Amino acid sequence: MIKAEAKNINVWYGDFHALKNINMSFNTNSVTALIGPSGCGKSTFLRLFNRMNDLISNFRLEGLITVDEQNLYSKEVKIDELRKSIGMVFQKPNPFPKSIYENVAYGLRVNGINDRRTLDETVERSLRQAALWDEVKDNLKKSAMSISGGQQQRLCIARALAVEPRLILMDEPASALDPISTAKIEELIFELKKSFTILIVTHNLQQAGRISDYTGFFYMGEMIEHDATQKMFLNPSNERTQNYITGRFG
Amino acid sequence: MTKKRLIQKIVFTTFGLISLMVVGILFAILGFIAIRGLHVVNWEFLTSMPEDGMTKGGIFPAIVGTGSLVLGSMVFAFPIGVLSGIYTHEYLKDSWFKRFIRMMTNNLSGIPSIVFGLFGMALFVNYLSFGDSILAGSLTLGLLTLPVVIRTTEEALKSVDDTLRMGSYALGATKLQTIRRVVLPVAYPNIITGLILSIGRVSGETAPILFTVAAYFLPKLPSSLSDQVMALPYHLYVLATSGTNMEQSRPMAYGTAFVLIAIVLIINTAASLLRRYLNKKVKMD
Amino acid sequence: MKKYRKVIEKFIEGVLFSSSTITSLTVILIIVFLFREGIGLFHSSPIEKNFVISVSKQNPVQQLNANQVKAIFNQDITNWSAVGGANDSIILFTTNDITNYYSEEELGPNLENLPQKLNDFIVANPGAIMYVSGKNLPKGFNGHFIKIKDISVSDFIFGKYWYPTSDPIPSYGIWPMIIGTLLVTLGALLFAIPLGLATAIYMAEVADMRIRNLLKPVVELLAGIPSVVYGFFGLIVIVPLVQQMFNLVVGETVLAGSIVLGIMALPTIITITEDSLRTTPKSLKEASLALGATRWQTLVRVVIPYAKSGISTAIILGIGRAIGETMAVLMVTGNASNIPHSFLVPARTIPATIAAELGEASYGGMHFKALFALGIVLFLFTIIINFTVEFIKNKQRRT
Repeated sequence: MIKAEAKNINVWYGDFHALKNINMSFNTNSVTALIGPSGCGKSTFLRLFNRMNDLISNFRLEGLITVDEQNLYSKEVKIDELRKSIGMVFQKPNPFPKSIYENVAYGLRVNGINDRRTLDETVERSLRQAALWDEVKDNLKKSAMSISGGQQQRLCIARALAVEPRLILMDEPASALDPISTAKIEELIFELKKSFTILIVTHNLQQAGRISDYTGFFYMGEMIEHDATQKMFLNPSNERTQNYITGRFG
Repeated sequence: MTKKRLIQKIVFTTFGLISLMVVGILFAILGFIAIRGLHVVNWEFLTSMPEDGMTKGGIFPAIVGTGSLVLGSMVFAFPIGVLSGIYTHEYLKDSWFKRFIRMMTNNLSGIPSIVFGLFGMALFVNYLSFGDSILAGSLTLGLLTLPVVIRTTEEALKSVDDTLRMGSYALGATKLQTIRRVVLPVAYPNIITGLILSIGRVSGETAPILFTVAAYFLPKLPSSLSDQVMALPYHLYVLATSGTNMEQSRPMAYGTAFVLIAIVLIINTAASLLRRYLNKKVKMD
Repeated sequence: MKKYRKVIEKFIEGVLFSSSTITSLTVILIIVFLFREGIGLFHSSPIEKNFVISVSKQNPVQQLNANQVKAIFNQDITNWSAVGGANDSIILFTTNDITNYYSEEELGPNLENLPQKLNDFIVANPGAIMYVSGKNLPKGFNGHFIKIKDISVSDFIFGKYWYPTSDPIPSYGIWPMIIGTLLVTLGALLFAIPLGLATAIYMAEVADMRIRNLLKPVVELLAGIPSVVYGFFGLIVIVPLVQQMFNLVVGETVLAGSIVLGIMALPTIITITEDSLRTTPKSLKEASLALGATRWQTLVRVVIPYAKSGISTAIILGIGRAIGETMAVLMVTGNASNIPHSFLVPARTIPATIAAELGEASYGGMHFKALFALGIVLFLFTIIINFTVEFIKNKQRRT
């Protein structure tokens, strides 16, 4: 079943043609890795799905982006409703300077949910899903800045899960972490796949190989190849993909 | 529109209107003084002595006085301030000493200008017996500007990319060579513009010169550093509050206020044009 | 050659180092000189130098405090019994009164007989109290000097009256000015904080680049306008406006001062707030937006909490600017030395008092010392403000 889709996508920043004619679709409960050298447009592409690019003043989009067959850029879409329904995890852990509890509850609170019971339940559920509950359950009031980087990133994942996203976007979620924390995040992604659909931008090819079901290779604003990860890594059909994967450029 | 969107719209519109009001305040002040002062200001006003109990004539001695005070204070504050900024930013490592010097500089910049006036009177006028003089006034104003110059210099140096310094060291350059050949050439446009902006501040200060140099009425030009002078801001104060004939000296007051504002406008514009020009030049070289 | 260069480098480093100590030196010198000139107020008698208050040798009263002397010369106290003396009425005498008792011939053409006549007077009037120059008293003067208690720090700070030139005993109470300064500052903040924060937020978070580039120079110009021009504008425009709006006898009021000071504090508050709002990492804002918060919610819940130490610094420095401002306040607040009880009455502030009176105070006299002591108080205010800012910065660095 198709969860999300991008059709004939073209993106400009002013005169710069950042994404060129991209078509991709993503299956429910799958992990898709977006790979490619820096500046290839993979992050821009990711951010189309929660309209974060709208914040850039000279951004212009052509094409259709859908999640659950809803056109994300149609006039009826309320942008904060939309962003709430799409989870996003950033490159560096970026917890708010609040308590652990308040970080996870944030998405509910800004959307008008202040009922204590609901908040408590959601915080616990999300922290459990993010495999962080056991580590922080006694310290929920502690500042989120006081836990380790890896824990912070899992907290940020929990924060994204709390609003029950339809789709989770991850922008190099492990690039700022040590190997052990990275392993934990990867394990977590594997677990999350059971209930969510995940798009993940990564620089780390091994990581893409370990965690993703599908891989899309971006190069200079174009989507060169998109296929099952195993096939991409073992038997890519495009020569540029082959060169990138084998480390000849990037 | 959802409720929270609506709230946001209302709040941001209010904030926009408030910002507009701040702009309005500026233009009210500028406009008011320009409308009443512009027709007073002509060549004769700028170049002749005040006459008839300061109700006629011009403000020439006050212009010369303010000019000499600006010059005097800059001769003092520029070198010391720039050197001090270089030392604290380039030489001092993050230590208690650096924090102490920073703290003292911040303290100095927080001291009200009238306290500088008291201090200048006690130290320069009385203790060192300079008397009410350009020298005493310039030194007082110079000390007042010093923190501004230091901070400007530090900010300018901070904006120089550290990799440039590393690159220079890697080629075997000493610290001094690195500063002179790499850091300063990149930083100097911002230093210069900061210095020019501080001239604007000095030329408008009144409280520090009240008891160190400013003369109520002195229709002649200074001939040495130990002379008293009239100064534009003090002259405006006198005209506005304690002239011999306030109604008749009003036009003179508007004219003087206009000249003071014009100085600030010219200096701010000149500084930003110069910054743009010099920065472009630095990039081209 | 290499050695030579090293010496030069060391020499230049020395020059740089010396320059960097000048600010610290200046702060120390400011403290030294303020105290040198001002502290004398507290261990000297409150009457003018060389002048004495004297009574007859027979009079048992040895010591009076300043208020008693004042009450005597204001004729609120007319009998010695009220201040611990005999039941005898008090006769006031200052040097000018001498001609009421003795003719010009008796005093001599150049007043050469004045000392003798002063002595005659005290002998003839044992109930007299004299306020005279000590130089004019003869040897073997038949009277003794009244000891007057020194001005205490609490008299100075909490004294309600500031009559720096009244005879025989001036009053140096600065409580009205402390209240005046604080009230004018408070009014300015009530005006400047909401306006300043709203503008800063608009510039940092709402306006696009183009509008921001228009607002920035506006704020810089507001900061650049000399305070005397603000005072002039306040005097000509705001003072009459306040007078008409509230139907007052005089428009020079706390309110007029607050409005002018508020405008002057705006640039400080706007600039520092905007800078600190900008330090909020973009990723934090994005994370909040990505969770469905609006920009306003993000601002209130993430950006402002993150920037709160910067915002408090902005407000405190705005207070500093307002407390120390001299010329503008001097021109628009009316400078009445009574304790202001509302925003619609005249008041005077500490800096305005110094600026208005130092020119008239004779060098080294009590009034002069009192004004330097006022300078010390103002200096202490600013030091407290600076250390608060420093404290906030350090606290922020640690968390």
